Amino acid sequence: MSDARTEVLARVRAALGQTGSGTTPSGKVGTAPHPEPVPRAYRAAGEHAAGSAEVIEQLVDRLVDYKALVHQVTVDALPATIATLVTELSGPARGVPSAHPDSSAGVRVVVPDGLDDGWLAALPAGTDVVRDSRERPLPPSELDAVAAVVTAARVAVSETGTIVLDGEPDQGRRAVSLVPDVHLCVVRTDQVVQTVPEAVRLLGAHPERPLTWISGPSATSDIELDRVEGVHGPRTLHVLLVAGV
Amino acid sequence: MSRTFLGLPRTLRRPDDADARHGTPDEPFGPVPHPQEPLRWGDDFPAAAKQTLKNDQLRRNLGHATQVIRTKRAAVVGEVPDWEALRDTGSAVKQQVMAQLPDLLQQLEENVVARGGVVHWARDAAEANRIVADIAKVKGADEVVKVKSMATQEIGLNEALADEGIAAIETDLAELIVQLADDMPSHILVPAIHRNRSEIRDIFLARMGDAPPDLSDVPRELAMAARAHLRRKFLSAKVAVSGANFAVADTGTLAVVESEGNGRMCLTLPETLVTVMGIEKLVPTFDDLEVFLQLLPRSSTGERMNPYTSLWTGVTPGDGPQEFHLVLLDNGRTDVLADEVGRAALHCIRCSACLNVCPVYERVGGHAYGSVYPGPIGAILTPQLTASTGGVSGHHDPNASLPYASTLCGACYEVCPVKIDIPSILVDLRAREVDADRSSRGVDPWKTAMKAASWVMADGDRFALAGRAATLGSGLGGRDHAISVAPPPASGWTRSRDLPAPPRQTFRQWWAAEHTAPVEQAGTVETEGDDR
Ligand code: SF4
Repeated sequence: MSDARTEVLARVRAALGQTGSGTTPSGKVGTAPHPEPVPRAYRAAGEHAAGSAEVIEQLVDRLVDYKALVHQVTVDALPATIATLVTELSGPARGVPSAHPDSSAGVRVVVPDGLDDGWLAALPAGTDVVRDSRERPLPPSELDAVAAVVTAARVAVSETGTIVLDGEPDQGRRAVSLVPDVHLCVVRTDQVVQTVPEAVRLLGAHPERPLTWISGPSATSDIELDRVEGVHGPRTLHVLLVAGV
Repeated sequence: MSRTFLGLPRTLRRPDDADARHGTPDEPFGPVPHPQEPLRWGDDFPAAAKQTLKNDQLRRNLGHATQVIRTKRAAVVGEVPDWEALRDTGSAVKQQVMAQLPDLLQQLEENVVARGGVVHWARDAAEANRIVADIAKVKGADEVVKVKSMATQEIGLNEALADEGIAAIETDLAELIVQLADDMPSHILVPAIHRNRSEIRDIFLARMGDAPPDLSDVPRELAMAARAHLRRKFLSAKVAVSGANFAVADTGTLAVVESEGNGRMCLTLPETLVTVMGIEKLVPTFDDLEVFLQLLPRSSTGERMNPYTSLWTGVTPGDGPQEFHLVLLDNGRTDVLADEVGRAALHCIRCSACLNVCPVYERVGGHAYGSVYPGPIGAILTPQLTASTGGVSGHHDPNASLPYASTLCGACYEVCPVKIDIPSILVDLRAREVDADRSSRGVDPWKTAMKAASWVMADGDRFALAGRAATLGSGLGGRDHAISVAPPPASGWTRSRDLPAPPRQTFRQWWAAEHTAPVEQAGTVETEGDDR
């Protein structure tokens, strides 16, 4: 008996009517298909330019619809906004109990080590900032013990409310933006495109990078179709939309 | 030559199956025991449907769920100006994939290997299960975490791993519910749709082991109990098993589309990842993702985009699993591919839109189809996948009745994001089954054929569509009369002008060859509005 690879490929060829390949398991030899040419009449791009007011407005609308928390800030105000959000994490006001409520000392935040240091400049003293990289990765159990993660992003799609991370040093390993309960994601307005094809073509420059497409916090509708937000990923997603970079 | 593995030698269903499927006192949650054949369990469709129709709870849940998803889908599809163009491209790309499959598979393999992955080929379920079990054993794992995957359900991977002492933990909430209840999924997308919240609470309390004793039946609390239960599993698992929604031949990239984040956990945290994928799941180029990542979420959950999509290419040093195995699975697919008409079933991207619009599915539920693939797509895919062990070959095989699990109303074709002409394939398979029956038994083919069809079409009470006109949209509402009055035997088809004939020429050609009476021209499905 030949090996599985040879045999499966021979079966596929037989199914497509290529002679000399034997038959499929049920003894068939198929006919060669004649596929129609692939039409590409769909929109390759939207009518609005990347970063235009229209796409920003649409992105915000979609993100709010997904129950992400949106903060539109200038680049100068970004560090203060990050600081405020991180400070809020130490308070008891959050509806969702933290996995590690004993962190009275100072909030522990993980950042990919390529993150712009300036973004963290306003963090209150005592904030415990942990850096993660491919070379020095934190084990999952340690990531489980941090309150929040701050990352940049690669591209965002306004029509679908999608933010894509590609694992570069300012966005970090996939585990970093997954295990902590709160994700602060910084998106520059000029990174926002209108349509999925625009984003895919941009990402296609580096298809080998591990991509995470995020469209709101995780959600399930598995129980009587009742939507529950925040299942396994970060239960809270803050999107910081930065203009004027 | 190996034959497609289906768990058991080819046998007819045991007569006592009908009792077993309704549970025993010591199995409080399982109306359906784990099948030995994931593509062939329970009674044949008409008999199984008669049973499930008695389940009012199931019908209520399903009716609600399919209506909600239909409405959401219609809204998000309606806002895409180029939806039809995307469908046209999706359909054509899938045709290209099938035509170039040998080259594309080898290209995929080459690219995955170049990026540090290992590619395995599996002729059948047994071979695929063997590969996964061996990897888990080499890694010393007695537990693997799993992302919901149709392919691994189809091959009965969990049961095969259990036989080797390896526990497969389902991490999708609905799959977890189904697994804890020792039950079978009833819908591709929302597998626990047949369970309500209080049943789910009872299942968690009885079976989860670490559920809080005061657990309520509020969905949020139930979901958080599952989160806590599964997080420990994610943090400690050494091996994860997933399926794939798409595999890109020209880059070696794999894609998993999901909602809950359990997929990201499985694809990211364990050191070793094994992905089991049917050989048909390819797309030629990375850019093709721009089509399918638009089509799938809107068709599936009725969302503009699903919460999380993960794409990875082989191994990324320092990020995610450092060992990646891809298992390319045949298990009957090449038999489907060999069928000139039926091969279009392999274009399916498993969105489940056709289930949600199907009046038969909504009534009888997923379990009646006796396969992990229920609904309209199941009715064309299951008999073809099992062709080498019977499948479409006459009334010896329970799967041969599946092509009759339809009224041919055409709604499935209207919503299918890759434009699979399910009604035409159903008719083609019916003809095949009738032919097989005639040659093997010499009995009146119509008697056999219409036995199944008559169940669907004859009983106005059982199949009252009238009340559904408002919710289903124009596609089906006007059809209730025609469907409910169609009399059992074949004559009903020629007498009832309203009963839609499928649009494909093959049906009429076939009909003309079989009958002297011409078919009245019926409306084409193109003109029947779907719910857009
Ligand atoms: S047949 Fe079409 S509509 Fe049905 S699940 Fe497959 S892709 Fe979706």
